[in-house]
Amino acid sequence: MQVQFELNGEAVITDVEPRTTLADCIRDGLRKTGTHVGCEHGVCGACTVLINGDAVRACLVLAVQVQGDKVVTIEGLSGDELSPLQVAFRKHHALQCGFCTPGFITTAHALLTNEPNVNEERVRDVLSGNLCRCTGYIPIVEAVLDARIHYARGEE
Amino acid sequence: MKPPIFEYASPSTIAEAVSLLASRDGNAKVISGGQSLMPMLAFRLASPELLVDLKQLKDLNTIIIRDDGVRLGAKVRWCDIESDKRLDRSHPLLAEAIKHVAHYQVRNRGTVGGSLAHADPSAEMPGVTLTCDGLMTIVGSRGMRIEKASDFFIGPLTTSLEPDEIITEVHLPSWPADRRWAFREFARRKGDFAMAGVALFYDLDQENRAVDAHIGVIGVSDCPIRLTAAEAALNGNALTEETFSAVVAAAKGSIDPPSDIHASGAYRRALLGTLLGRGLHQSASRGETNASPI
Repeated sequence: MQVQFELNGEAVITDVEPRTTLADCIRDGLRKTGTHVGCEHGVCGACTVLINGDAVRACLVLAVQVQGDKVVTIEGLSGDELSPLQVAFRKHHALQCGFCTPGFITTAHALLTNEPNVNEERVRDVLSGNLCRCTGYIPIVEAVLDARIHYARGEE
Repeated sequence: MKPPIFEYASPSTIAEAVSLLASRDGNAKVISGGQSLMPMLAFRLASPELLVDLKQLKDLNTIIIRDDGVRLGAKVRWCDIESDKRLDRSHPLLAEAIKHVAHYQVRNRGTVGGSLAHADPSAEMPGVTLTCDGLMTIVGSRGMRIEKASDFFIGPLTTSLEPDEIITEVHLPSWPADRRWAFREFARRKGDFAMAGVALFYDLDQENRAVDAHIGVIGVSDCPIRLTAAEAALNGNALTEETFSAVVAAAKGSIDPPSDIHASGAYRRALLGTLLGRGLHQSASRGETNASPI
């Protein structure tokens, strides 16, 4: 089936089986491999992408369902320079193996875009949908809190 | 795992969606947010021939609040309920219960209609709908019907929905401002499925005795259930320790929770008793809070 949507600001048309998840479509078909696939049933959050600005799990969406939508992946969040969240993650050592990082950053980006003044409790609540198995959550939460100021100023 | 092979259709009217569902003799499924169905497909617990996406259907994503209660369109998402601050007054039990549904990314996509149709025994929305005497509007080949929640939830992941039917709306009856209520659940991590949960409300008569008690529970049976024995123990009685103990004892005596990998039946029974006790105490002290302007 043909599906047409916007990926990181560019129009794409691709042919997929109806059963292809958005995560597989983006990675295998469109070769944007920054979106990681962990559990494939909506538990780990590694495949989080933005659909029309909302953070969602790309393994729980069919590619055919995003017809006409705007999809943003980790690749779409920064240009040649690191984004404020990426800088904060580096500064706070908020990643080790990096597998979960794209999911954390897309999720945190959606959160800070909609709620730039979040408190720590809200950050922890939102990030509870993402699993990290090596860094631990403390530096990740610190990094997200540190990046807030850039979103409040509209610098993201 | 990858989902099994199926066809996909994205109709633009309800009538078209119903006729697509009817065309497959029970082998077609509705998909919308897909937050329950996609894991079922990934585990191959479901293998429909055809998925009928509600994406293009209009008018199913509104929250209407009127004198007769709250009406949620089938495509209303958890994040829509969370961000609609009118509901804190119009239906505080719903607003509180929905805070416990899943995690951020799932809340951005999961829908009211999907949760009701999926009917997970631990899910909050079916529990709230049953507790509140909710009514489902259902459209199918034979037209529209209104189904009571008490007739709708039949068993584990099983409802009275026919294969060619779609839930379009759920109606929760109006909520008096001074109603006493509580919602309590326990899961190991916030957002995970509840091991047990309870939704309760009642009103007070002129002598401050509880009347019209509603107590519904999730996670302790094969579908959400009302605990009529516990409701009877509360009705007509003052809000005392003695009453609450009797209600908890009646509740624990009237459930037979299943044992599974997450918790034993005995644990769930004890847990439900604790949650209900805490909920009753919370509800008793809630009247004053509700009366003050927020």
